[in-house]
Amino acid sequence: MRLGLAVPTLILSTLLSHVAFALTITLPEETVEYRIGPGVDLARSYCMGCHSADYVLTQPPGMPRSFWEAEVNKMKKVFGAPLPDDQVTPLVDYLVRTYSVH
Amino acid sequence: MDDGKTSVGRRGFIQSAGLLLAGSVTDLALSKAQAATRIALPFANGERPLVAYPQKRPLMRLTTRPPQLETPFAVFREGLLTPNDAFFVRYHLANIPLSIDLTSYRLNVKGLVSKPLSLSMEELRTAFPTVELVAVNQCSGNSRGFVVPRVGGGQSGNGAMGNARWRGVSLKAVLAKAGVLPGAKQITFKGLDAPLLPSTPEFVKALTVDQAFDGDVMLAFAMNGSDLPMLNGYPLRLVVPGYYGTYWVKHLSEINVIDHEFDGFFMSKGYRIPDNDCGCVEPGTAAKTTKPIGKMVVRSFITSLDDGAAIRVGEATLVQGIAFDSGAGIREVQFSQDGGSSWVQANLGEDLGNYSFRPWNIKLRLTKPGPHNLKVRATSRSGEIQPLNETWNPSGYRRNVVESVRVVAL
Repeated sequence: MRLGLAVPTLILSTLLSHVAFALTITLPEETVEYRIGPGVDLARSYCMGCHSADYVLTQPPGMPRSFWEAEVNKMKKVFGAPLPDDQVTPLVDYLVRTYSVH
Repeated sequence: MDDGKTSVGRRGFIQSAGLLLAGSVTDLALSKAQAATRIALPFANGERPLVAYPQKRPLMRLTTRPPQLETPFAVFREGLLTPNDAFFVRYHLANIPLSIDLTSYRLNVKGLVSKPLSLSMEELRTAFPTVELVAVNQCSGNSRGFVVPRVGGGQSGNGAMGNARWRGVSLKAVLAKAGVLPGAKQITFKGLDAPLLPSTPEFVKALTVDQAFDGDVMLAFAMNGSDLPMLNGYPLRLVVPGYYGTYWVKHLSEINVIDHEFDGFFMSKGYRIPDNDCGCVEPGTAAKTTKPIGKMVVRSFITSLDDGAAIRVGEATLVQGIAFDSGAGIREVQFSQDGGSSWVQANLGEDLGNYSFRPWNIKLRLTKPGPHNLKVRATSRSGEIQPLNETWNPSGYRRNVVESVRVVAL
């Protein structure tokens, strides 16, 4: 069981209902990692800051390069990922090579 | 994952080391579910670990940070209300609240109002009448993993939905107390879940003033008789019955009345569908014009039988399921045992309100041995009916094609 701190606070809120004034939880540890391959350092540096690797791992297999290009550009331009311009193509290369073929 | 087991069922297998449980043996599957470690959804790359989060039983983890958890489909046969500890979890941005102290928590109502409010939970609970209703919360991208051709985004099976009894106060009552001024056009909602980088857009959603005043929109502090679990928006979330979950802002902290159309990312760029009647386009093409996603489209599911289930020839089997729409209510549910060639009307069960799952059942007797394709199709009281063939949109939203469950008569 990985309920962590939720157990005591949950019991408290159940027993006291309106009188519970705080809730604290602890999330399970993050263990998922990017697959090893050329360019994995880019994913670790520029993607891991905002989300876990399973955002990439769970995408459908065989997605075209245009899909990963659009994703990387969205992360950079819309979500503000601090990815330098000259690292866009190498990161897309890594994603296509590593996640479009599995 | 690498144990050589392959997925064939539409609902997916529950798998664990040295143990393979086909869904046809329902009771066994449920009793052993504790020991299962993953579920394979029946689409490519659909394997999900089952992980227990705080206040949650083991759920299918789609992503770790921020957490996105899917309800295993077998939960929907446990009852009409989805238990809080099995209710799906969906966040967009990773800076989520893990500790909330009600002595400092406030809901602020501001903008184009005559009297800005800053309400504690205690004030919210005591200053306004309590309202309650049962409503389905369904992710816009529920079932995205089944979309063909596949599209990017959260690859959900059918479990990014849940039905709960929500208790709280009416948004209309709170807005009335603040006094919405003439010229108000939209109302925006923001919660405590936030971006990690200042350059990332905040998760803010908008309703029109008419939507916000429709009477059923609620600020909910409880679901199914208990406080909201943290991961479902403790201590307060917006409940927009009939609308997709994207509008149901969690950890609600700010309501802002504005005099223009809100143009934040999650309204103007994200969560948009093709601006036509079907909300669809030719597979693989882009929409010329789009609009924000809105009300849910009608759906139905068989919950009592998993794909691949075995049924005895000649024996009566009670097939059960659920149907729901955006609030007109379910008029009828049709059932087919021959892949859609012929349809018969199913019995509708307990009515918990127009926004709720509506249970249905029908007695099935298969006379011929071999495979049979069971289908279910719901019609709402507004006349909306599920499409027999799937429609497609670039984001994989609003899937509602007629579902099939293949069974074998032995």
